[in-house]
Amino acid sequence: MEIVISIVVGILFMIGTYLILSKNVTRIIIGTGILSHGVHLLLLTMGGLKQGAAPLLGQEAAAYSDPLPQALILTAIVISFGVTSFFLVLAYRAYNVHGTDDMEQMRGLESDE
Amino acid sequence: MNNLIIAPLLIPLLTGVILLFLRKHIVAQKVLSMLSGLAIIATSGVLLGDVLTNGVGSYQLGGWQPPFGIVLVADSLSVLLVLFSSIILVATTLFTYKGLDLERKNYYYYPLVQFLLTGIIGAFLTGDLFNLFVFFEVLLMSSYALIVLGGTKTQLGESIKYVLVNVISSALFVTAVAFLYSMTGTLNMADLSQRIAEIGQPGLVTVVALLFLIVFGMKAAIFPLYFWLPGSYSAPPPVISAIFAGLLTKVGIYAIYRVFTIIFYHHPEITHQIIGILATITMIVGVIGAVAYNDLHKILVYNVVAGVGFILLGLSSFNEDGLFGGIFYLLHDMMIKAALFLLVGAIIAITQTTKMNQASGIIKHYPLLGWSFLVAALSLAGVPPLSGFFGKLALIQGGFLAEQYVFVGVLLLSSLLVLYSVMRIFFLVILGEDRLPETHNSGQIKGLVYPSVFLLVLSFLMGMGAEFVYPYVADATFTLLNPEIYIEAVLKE
Repeated sequence: MEIVISIVVGILFMIGTYLILSKNVTRIIIGTGILSHGVHLLLLTMGGLKQGAAPLLGQEAAAYSDPLPQALILTAIVISFGVTSFFLVLAYRAYNVHGTDDMEQMRGLESDE
Repeated sequence: MNNLIIAPLLIPLLTGVILLFLRKHIVAQKVLSMLSGLAIIATSGVLLGDVLTNGVGSYQLGGWQPPFGIVLVADSLSVLLVLFSSIILVATTLFTYKGLDLERKNYYYYPLVQFLLTGIIGAFLTGDLFNLFVFFEVLLMSSYALIVLGGTKTQLGESIKYVLVNVISSALFVTAVAFLYSMTGTLNMADLSQRIAEIGQPGLVTVVALLFLIVFGMKAAIFPLYFWLPGSYSAPPPVISAIFAGLLTKVGIYAIYRVFTIIFYHHPEITHQIIGILATITMIVGVIGAVAYNDLHKILVYNVVAGVGFILLGLSSFNEDGLFGGIFYLLHDMMIKAALFLLVGAIIAITQTTKMNQASGIIKHYPLLGWSFLVAALSLAGVPPLSGFFGKLALIQGGFLAEQYVFVGVLLLSSLLVLYSVMRIFFLVILGEDRLPETHNSGQIKGLVYPSVFLLVLSFLMGMGAEFVYPYVADATFTLLNPEIYIEAVLKE
């Protein structure tokens, strides 16, 4: 099972990298979203995908799945959610001010000679 | 006593929360920010004395035994860095009285700086890898907001790049944590160190170590990963650049020091050799940039890059002298870079331009500013009575002991070029014929020079009184070279 998920994670990383290398800001942000999906899935896989009950003591099972990676992923999800929403607003603002969403034309400093 | 370890973390956090409610009361915000800085200086001073007499301290959050809970660790290195960060907070807060426009102050500048400091101090004090990630995000989120605060065209363009680079490096950080967790099953640094020592750091762990080098190198701006820094650090107003130059890259350097002395120290012929090569190239590109530009901001920004190279060279020689020099230079560099950025902020306030060839003759009207800049420039290059000298001297000794003659040669040559790059500003802008814009008057920079003078006096004292600083830095070096002290302090029963 870990092999299959690892391949999926690899594909997600690939798509994310491809999108981040494009010119359009929106595509870049979609790329970062896909990249963070890949990372979260990787965290879950690296914690082990052995069979076990959900980590709820009320279930009284013999074995539970590892709760630590789930807590880590939950933390990483809210962080990347916050960063992504900031990034989207930043892109919107930059689009209004610069009048373009093309990274090539969004050169910051004119004094760069 | 151990409860005091969490105080430097709680003070800026609570101050930041309180400041959010005082948006319209700028005076109250300034006073509270100042008090918070002074309170952190006081507590970290007490902690520093405590660490020197009683050894490394640790605080278990929630009373959970490590490695199961999160633990905060105070050794000399982290407490010294907390102390110096709060000094920079005080100096930059002083600068904002006159040096920042009302618009920016009105939109949460002070709370953002407090949250930035929370993240920085948390990253210095934590003893847990994932917690380090969270504190990195706390400081990065505040830095995103600070870099774009004001929303000029340049800032918007540069902050998109800055945010993107950091989003990617954060994703890589989580990837590295995931790999390390699957190999060792723990995230506590002391426990990780023990488990990796047991299995003798096999090749896979070394690969993860290099992944950590890439992640922290992106924050610290080492050679192939520094490309984002020149643009991002020239975009915001001078006081924000000063905070960034003094603190942000230093967190990345600290993380590299911590991780490669406590956890991945078993194969220095691979990891530390790579760090040495990267540090050397970082110095070279830094000084090339510093010499190439005619823009005040760009010169300083590339000096930040070169400084990162100097500090990392100490880690690469990995002996007592090298690490001592690296830490001493790190502390000196934090103060001098902040002072230089503030001085250049004052110069730009007078000349109204960042170009070097469009104004000159500042020293005739503003002698204090001119001479302060000369002292800062000489200290940056490492001229003997000033603070930059001792760090570089120890770095060179360490390099010779480790037989890294090429690296040491590059370090000496780079110091020369660093001196050339800042003295060029001194001769062209500060000396020279009287060519200032008509609009300048002495009230314009009133109070803008004193914060830098404060930092320069401290750095001068640090150079002249190096024997007072010596025991603390030597203790930090000793802990880095003997990870078992750290492990014992964290995992004690």
